[in-house]
Amino acid sequence: MVNFERFTLSNGLKLLVHPDRSTPMAVVNVLYDVGARDENPAQTGFAHLFEHLMFGGSVNIPDYDDPLQNAGGENNAYTTNDLTNYYCQLPAENIETALWLESDRMLSLAFGKKSLDVQKKVVCEEFKEHYINKPYGDVWHIMRELAYNEHPYKWMTIGKELSHVENAELQDVKNFFFKHYRPLNAILVVAGNVVVEDVKALAEKWFGDIPSGEKYNRNLPQEAAQLEERRITVHRKVPMDAIYKTWHMCGRRDDDYYATDLLADILGGGASSRLYQTLVKEQQLFVNVSCYHFGSFDSGLITIEGQLVKGVDMKTAEDAIEKELDKIKKEKIEERELQKVQNKTESVMAFEDMSVMNRAGSLAYYELLGDGELMNSEFKKYQDVTVEDLYRIANEILIPTNSNTLWYLSEN
Amino acid sequence: MLDRKTAPHIKDAVEYAISLKKPAQFKLDNGVEVYSVQAGTEEVVQIEWVFKAGNWYEKQKNVSSATNFLIKNGTAQKSAYEINEFVDFYGAYLNRTCYNETAVVSLHCLTRQLEKILPIVQEIFLEAVFPESELIIYKQNMKQRLAVNLQKCDFIAGRKIDELLFGIKHPYGVYSELTDYDVIEQDHVKQYYDQFYRNGHCTIFSAGILPNNYEALLNTFFGTLPLNQSVLEKQVHLVDPAVQKKWNVINDENGVQGAIRIARPFPTRHHPDFPKVQVLNALFGGFFGSRLMNNIREDKGYTYGIYSFLVNHVHAGAWMVSTEAGRDVCEATITEVYHEMEKLRNGAIDQEELLLVKNYLIGTLLGDLDGPFQIIGRWKNLILNGLDDSFFYNSVNTIKNISSEELKELAKKYLNPEEFYELTVV
Repeated sequence: MVNFERFTLSNGLKLLVHPDRSTPMAVVNVLYDVGARDENPAQTGFAHLFEHLMFGGSVNIPDYDDPLQNAGGENNAYTTNDLTNYYCQLPAENIETALWLESDRMLSLAFGKKSLDVQKKVVCEEFKEHYINKPYGDVWHIMRELAYNEHPYKWMTIGKELSHVENAELQDVKNFFFKHYRPLNAILVVAGNVVVEDVKALAEKWFGDIPSGEKYNRNLPQEAAQLEERRITVHRKVPMDAIYKTWHMCGRRDDDYYATDLLADILGGGASSRLYQTLVKEQQLFVNVSCYHFGSFDSGLITIEGQLVKGVDMKTAEDAIEKELDKIKKEKIEERELQKVQNKTESVMAFEDMSVMNRAGSLAYYELLGDGELMNSEFKKYQDVTVEDLYRIANEILIPTNSNTLWYLSEN
Repeated sequence: MLDRKTAPHIKDAVEYAISLKKPAQFKLDNGVEVYSVQAGTEEVVQIEWVFKAGNWYEKQKNVSSATNFLIKNGTAQKSAYEINEFVDFYGAYLNRTCYNETAVVSLHCLTRQLEKILPIVQEIFLEAVFPESELIIYKQNMKQRLAVNLQKCDFIAGRKIDELLFGIKHPYGVYSELTDYDVIEQDHVKQYYDQFYRNGHCTIFSAGILPNNYEALLNTFFGTLPLNQSVLEKQVHLVDPAVQKKWNVINDENGVQGAIRIARPFPTRHHPDFPKVQVLNALFGGFFGSRLMNNIREDKGYTYGIYSFLVNHVHAGAWMVSTEAGRDVCEATITEVYHEMEKLRNGAIDQEELLLVKNYLIGTLLGDLDGPFQIIGRWKNLILNGLDDSFFYNSVNTIKNISSEELKELAKKYLNPEEFYELTVV
């Protein structure tokens, strides 16, 4: 049970405080309601590039990292298609340093040309390291373009192409900042060895006078229902063939999300899952196979991914996957199997909540979803899922017309 | 008007008193030592069974890792699937990892499920059977995974630098070729299991919210096993470092990045310079605010990240710089690494920079000790290296008290380019 109090500052900034006296540390987590889906299609990769620029100094403080490290703190950040999250942890006595730093970069960045020039290069190296210079690195680039025609999920957070990042100008950076990085679009969570009233006073002190900005109203093109099966085959210099199949699924706030999440776990979540047992162990068609999704806020993709045993024919491998899908669409699963994935979920949640840093991040995430309290109540929604729900959803989603298939073949 | 230019007052982290909570300690009936840290906010437990069964003891390549991997893939009573299903049903995680000296089986689960899971852990320590069918799948899958990894420049660089430092025949320098997997036979694995697990040497480390009957539970399931009964035969492996210092490898003609490793041999934790060099390493390349990162990423943009670190093996060590850089800037990156070494040897380390590093190290240490799994992790490291908490407190005091002059002397002693191996893999 995670206890917290919620406040809204006069400029609209939401503040959640979660005290935990058992730790000597404090965590400051700032979530901005902006992700790669909010980018201009001609300037993709911007939300993520921006995350880098947030460490290039703010209007009153030339360097973000030095004062934080000097206060015994460390920090990091990440960008997804849906959101951008910044977090730092430091000894609780020094919490004001973190609030000072975070508030100044919410007030305004320094917008230095040097920082932009260097970080463009750094992001290009990141792009190469993870997506070009790695076998199978371009899979999601291909799959997103195949599965989405309209929705901005059709590009990855790193960007559609290197040139979008290379061409970023200082003015674009400023516009992006003042559109998205405003108190009205942010959630501040403070957790750890802190006193609620003290945090409230410090937050007022450092964040209270930041102009609230305009509420960003997200109006993204939504993806029309897919009515025809889509397929693509590519040849690459990789040692083994792989297959990726996706189906459109509901968004993170939908009631069906929980059943869909459990369905993925039953199909391909680990060593006792159906696909792994049948296709890796019994039929030995795959080296590895798994089923997962990204928990996207808007309608996402449930994915089956598998690397084939050398010499296995792709069609044979795909048919074997389809056969497992037929089975789950025709026969209701046993209660025990549902119970298993519910138990796994309970356990995952308990382990996730162990560190105060994770709890702070989760609170911000659930508050963005609608209510921080979901962090405590969400497991009930998993417990309420029935075998009938799983049966219905498998039959709604896992159908050929809703599917996208990528054959990723070895050139050799 | 709020003064935003002046940093708020801080308590210097070096003023913090840091303590490492001692674990409870007891022995099972068969002599197996158990260390446990009872702490935490969530009703969860972690137990690690650490066997002296790493590749240090194997006579044939990959037998230790194959044994470790397959230990839960079938017992006399249950198939691999039945074991996995059972563990998953209770929301538990049963993992295994093979290191150089040790091989570990670890369990994570909700406290209330522990009693249900322990019997199956006992079963795999007593009656693992290593079915031929599982071994065949394992060999085939490992070969294919290796084939993928062999395309990655960072993977090739990682194993090549270990070979240069320790020698291809040494457990720290050895690596697998595709054909090595073909010759592993069921008998090799069974024999390794029998000697190093079933009748092997084990130490248990546990943490979390442990149930009241925890000691009795462990004794029931593990105190009766034939563990720790014999004296472990001592194995000696001599390091055989390469003569040639500079290496360039082209693994992929079309590669857009190069993996760079610059490394030298370095003593183990038992050497008096070790705790001091940990501070020098932080300054050099040990964290995001380090000189290497500031220069090569934040000023020049050659890489997404660059780090240096001490390679902490039990018997021999190394000091290494590691990065992936754009292919066209690999040489420039290497030049800058040597330039930073030179600055540490001959330049000044000002007090402000040193205090920052000290504060950072102490602050993150405070954070790293936050939670039962972190505390037991520290202890495991100390105990398996034959150390106790005096090593820990000595490290803390070293961070707090070391001077820039001492660091400069250490830089002169250790950061000499001619003593480093230099490897680039494209």
